[in-house]
Order: sequence, then C-alpha cells, then structure tokens
Amino acid sequence: MKCLEGVFRMNIIVCIKQVPDTNDIKIDPVKGTLIREGVPSIINPEDKNAIEAALRIKGDGKVVVLSMGPPQAEEALREALAMGADEAILLCDFKFAGSDTWATANVLAAAVKKIDHDLIICGRQAIDGDTAQVGPQLAENLGLPQVTYVQKISLEGSKLNLERAMEDGFEIIQAELPILITVVKEINEPRYITLQGIDKAYDTEIKKWTADYIGAEVEKIGIKGSPTAVKKTFVPPRKGQGQKIEGQPKEQARKIIQILKEKEIFQEF
Amino acid sequence: MVKVKLTDNYPGSMLVIDGVMLSLGDDYVDVEKSLELQHAVNSGYIEIYDDTKEVKTVDTVKEGNEVWVFAEQRNGRFARVGLEILGKARELAEKLGVKVGAVLLCEKDEGLSQELISLGADKVYVAETILLKNYETLRYTKIICDMITKEKPQIVIYGATHIGRDLAPRIAQRISTGLTADCTGLDIDEDGLLIQTRPAFGGNIMAQIKCPNHKPQMSTVRPGIMKMLDKQERNGVVVKVDVSISEDNRVKVLKVIKEAKRVANLEDAKIIVSGGRGVGSAENFRIIEELAKELGAEIGASRAVVDAGWVPKDHQVGQTGKTVRPKLYIACGISGAIQHRAGMQNSETIIAINKDPNAMIFSVADYGIVGDLNKVIPAMIEELKTSKTL
Repeated sequence: MKCLEGVFRMNIIVCIKQVPDTNDIKIDPVKGTLIREGVPSIINPEDKNAIEAALRIKGDGKVVVLSMGPPQAEEALREALAMGADEAILLCDFKFAGSDTWATANVLAAAVKKIDHDLIICGRQAIDGDTAQVGPQLAENLGLPQVTYVQKISLEGSKLNLERAMEDGFEIIQAELPILITVVKEINEPRYITLQGIDKAYDTEIKKWTADYIGAEVEKIGIKGSPTAVKKTFVPPRKGQGQKIEGQPKEQARKIIQILKEKEIFQEF
Repeated sequence: MVKVKLTDNYPGSMLVIDGVMLSLGDDYVDVEKSLELQHAVNSGYIEIYDDTKEVKTVDTVKEGNEVWVFAEQRNGRFARVGLEILGKARELAEKLGVKVGAVLLCEKDEGLSQELISLGADKVYVAETILLKNYETLRYTKIICDMITKEKPQIVIYGATHIGRDLAPRIAQRISTGLTADCTGLDIDEDGLLIQTRPAFGGNIMAQIKCPNHKPQMSTVRPGIMKMLDKQERNGVVVKVDVSISEDNRVKVLKVIKEAKRVANLEDAKIIVSGGRGVGSAENFRIIEELAKELGAEIGASRAVVDAGWVPKDHQVGQTGKTVRPKLYIACGISGAIQHRAGMQNSETIIAINKDPNAMIFSVADYGIVGDLNKVIPAMIEELKTSKTL
C-alpha cells in the first residue's frame, strides 16, 4: 500500500461468485437436481458486501473484481463494475469446471498472483453452497493471514482495525497488510447502482483469463483435481402424514396436552 | 459359558444361577449353560449377551488410522458441537475398528481431557501453552497440521462454528485434502470411506460427498445435529504434544468482547415454542412467551418475525438461523418455508398450530392442529395450569 501526499492507495481484489437466487429455487423431485432454467442469477449477497467494503476503503487505489465461472458470470462482473469497481476479470475455462473449494482456491490463487494487491476481500460464504471455505483456502494458498466473519472494518495508518463476529460476541483485531478477509452482511449496506455506473460498466472491458494464461496446474484444478466428489444428490425425505388433532380449540388443547403427558415429554423438568 | 445379566423384569435384586450370584445393575457375568439358566431366560429374568451385536472387540482395534475430533474450547469451556461429534466419531470408529482421538488446544488442561475421555475419546492429543489462550488461525493451523502429519488419522471432524469454519479450510488447503462443510450426516460406506451428507441450495437438496483419494477425510458438522453420548467412566490416554509455534503478529486479537445480552440458548433447549407471522403482532407474541413459560421452554421464531423486529435475531430458527433438535417443537403460526423446516425438522416431536390447513409446516408435524392460535394457545395454557394443580 502506498501513501502519497496523505492519500492512501490501496489495491484490493474482491472475489465474487454468481449464484442462482435460492429464494426462487425449483427442484426436480425425481432426479433430485436443481432446475436452473428460469432461475435468476445474482451476485452472491455477501460478495456484494465485500465489493461495498472495498469501494469504501480503497482511497486512491483500485478495486479489481475476480470471478471464476461460466461465460454468463460476466453479468455479475458487470454489476460489480456498475457499483464502482475499477476492473473485472473472469476466470473462464472448461478446465475449471467441477472444481470443489480446494481446487477453486487453487485457480483463484494462480490469478491473484498476477494482480497487484494489498488486500483481498471475499464474502463469507455463497448461498448456493454455504461452505465458507474458499476464502480461508485462498489465504492459505497465498501464504496470507486471514480474518473471517468481519463485521466492521477501518483503516488506521497502514493497519486494519477489524471486528470479527463470534457466536457469543466479537473480537477486536488489528491486522497488517497484506491480508485476506471475509465479510458478513452486517458490515455494510451495498450501494444501489446508478445510471452512470451502468454506462461505465459497459465501457469497461472484462478480461477473460484461461487456465494456461494464469499458469494453473492442471492436476490441481477442475473436477479431476478436486479431492471431494459428489456421489449422489436427493430431495430430503419428508415425515409421513402427521396426526390431525380435531375439535374445538378447548378440545384440541386438552387432547394435545394429554398426548404430551403420555409421551412423557414433561418428565424432563 | 455364556455372559448373562439380570434384567429389570426380575422381581428381586439378586439371583443365584448355578452357584453364581447375579445382582441387579451388575455387568455381564460368565455362567455355565444349564436348565436353570434356560428357565430364567424364558421367564425374561436374564438377558444373554449377544456377541453378534458387538461391532468390533477391543483386540481388533487397529493402531493409527484414527478418527479425530477437534474439541473446540473457549476459556476452558467446550463448544457443545465438539462433544456432539465425539459421539458420532465413536460410532464411525467402531465401524472401522479404530480409536477415537480428540484434539485439544488450550491454555491449561484442567480436567478438559478427562471430560473428553468420559464422552467417548480413547486418546486426547493435548497442546497446552499460554500462547493458546485465544483462538488464532495460524497457530492452530500449524499445531493441528503437525499432529495430522505425524499421527495420520483417516478422518478429522470439526464443529461448524465460527472457529471451526475458519480453521478447517486452512488445514485442508495446507495438507491438500478435501473438506466438506456443514455436514448433517456422517457414515461409513462398504469400502470404509466416509459418506458426508450435507444440505445444499438452502436445504432444498441433500448431497452425499466422498473424498476417495486423499487422507484424512475431513468435515465440519452443523451444531445440534449429532447426539452427545452420556458421560461414562472410561479409560483413555492423554498424549501431550510438543508445541512449536513462533510469534506471528500479523494478526493481533486485541480484545474478546462477550455480548452482554442473554443469547437465546436454542441448541440446548428441550422444548421450543416458536412463533411466526401468524402470531399477528409483536404485542401478541406474549401468548407465545406465556406458553413457553408454562412449558419451561425457550422461544423460537421464523425469519419473517425476526425481520419484522418482533423478536431478536438470536431466536431465529432455520437455514439462516439456528438448527435445533429439541424433544418438542411447537410451531405457532409458522407457514413452514423450506428454510425454516431445515432448521427444525429433526426435532423429536413437532406440533404445528396453523389456521391454514395447507401450510407446509404440517408436512413435518407429528401433530397438526388446524385452528386459530389465539384460541388454541390460551386453552393449552389453561389446560397446563389445571393439570399442574392436580
């Protein structure tokens, strides 16, 4: 990170993922697979928080958004540009297909090494997989320290002041750059896109990088390079039809309390 | 010779069979087969040990290849999920015929390793130093990676807490193995591989994942899914591990803040009374509170209710809230979107109260009450009050 005449220049890479909107999901009940047709794609929500955090802290520096995905993931990168990101890179190659989190981290790491950066920000987790693994795995791959679940960020001198959310409170952390952080949605409210932003997004070229270009090791990426493999998917089984408690409210109440007594649920206290 | 013990059916507390005295509550005792024994068995007084039920005897337990559990602790107290997965690890280890190892990193091991043994660990690997007072990613990663490289466990399981989800991927990347996040089911297949079941796409699909060519096979497990074993007197070994970590000040934890507000402890609750949009208003939520109080229950809520600000976020049950499995879950005015069901469908008994007979919540309910919760719940409270005074 450079500081010229009191103005910081922090170059930040934000890793984003295009995901199907899970609120709108349809499942093929026979095959147990996702029906992707007609399901809208969005930037993963917490990745939007990551973009917002980067834009607020970059100073005079640059925000580069990076995504691994199919050609249509370009839409997500355009949206990030419209929010205000300076550059966008799509890692697109059939050799990347089927990567698990370990292999994805290997692809992203190879690309990150080609980009000047002081800080990497990722969303905590994507709503399609909910793993929260790629961030820490990328950090490890790059030999960078990490802070996950960041709910507050500010810059003090050349150091970051961070708050890391825990189940029972939070930690106050001071971290040196370079570092990788993952952010939770509480960190900020992502900005709306302006018309100017959209104009700019369509004037900016989205770079497309292949496996060869980033020098990714073929045996460590894609479906063949992934240690884990999905063997089967299925729709979670439902309970059988439950028992209906009929009658007027008083009668229903009496019956259900009686059942609970018989099941000895009350014995516990 | 057969191994036998007295059953609860026997009216007395002692029985002499063929010169051997059996007392109620004793473990299995060897006796000769005899007619007398046969009679006692036929009467249901005596139970013969069925050795086909036992999966593996102690002699066949192989050294190495252990099943490990990361026993997360903060300030000398275990994260509950770490103890839950210890129970699951026992089951997996018995299927594989190997030992269960618990990994404990702490400032001071004051009774912690013994607690792990009593809850299912055969071995506890303890790294103990003042440098481990607070969780720190790089230190923990270094120590556990060193342990794994030396001892070569075949499976390592972590709780999917904020710490577990920070640590496990880091370790997986360093030792180049697979990691499956947030598992809700673990089992061993016919080839001895770990089958990891986890929800995907917001719980709409379940996926089974394996890690066939890399060791150890690693997973994080959702809190509240696996069952903790009852504490038992057991024998175990405590292995002290040499800790070699250097100062690394790139990330400094300056302060750990515990939030003063009482966080709803839904994961440990035996009974949860949960309210949804159907409750109507923040004010009306008091009938949920009253029923909960009468039952000694915790209060849960659907996302809609939390988003509306009627109830704080730590009460939220579901995909983006908590996963619970109480003995009893009462869903009041909750329609039962998949995201909510994902967080409560493993409860032992589910009662749903909703005025819409087609509400999805009824698909997971053991008992369904179609009706107005404003009438049914007060009637239940009344019923509980009268039954207590009897």
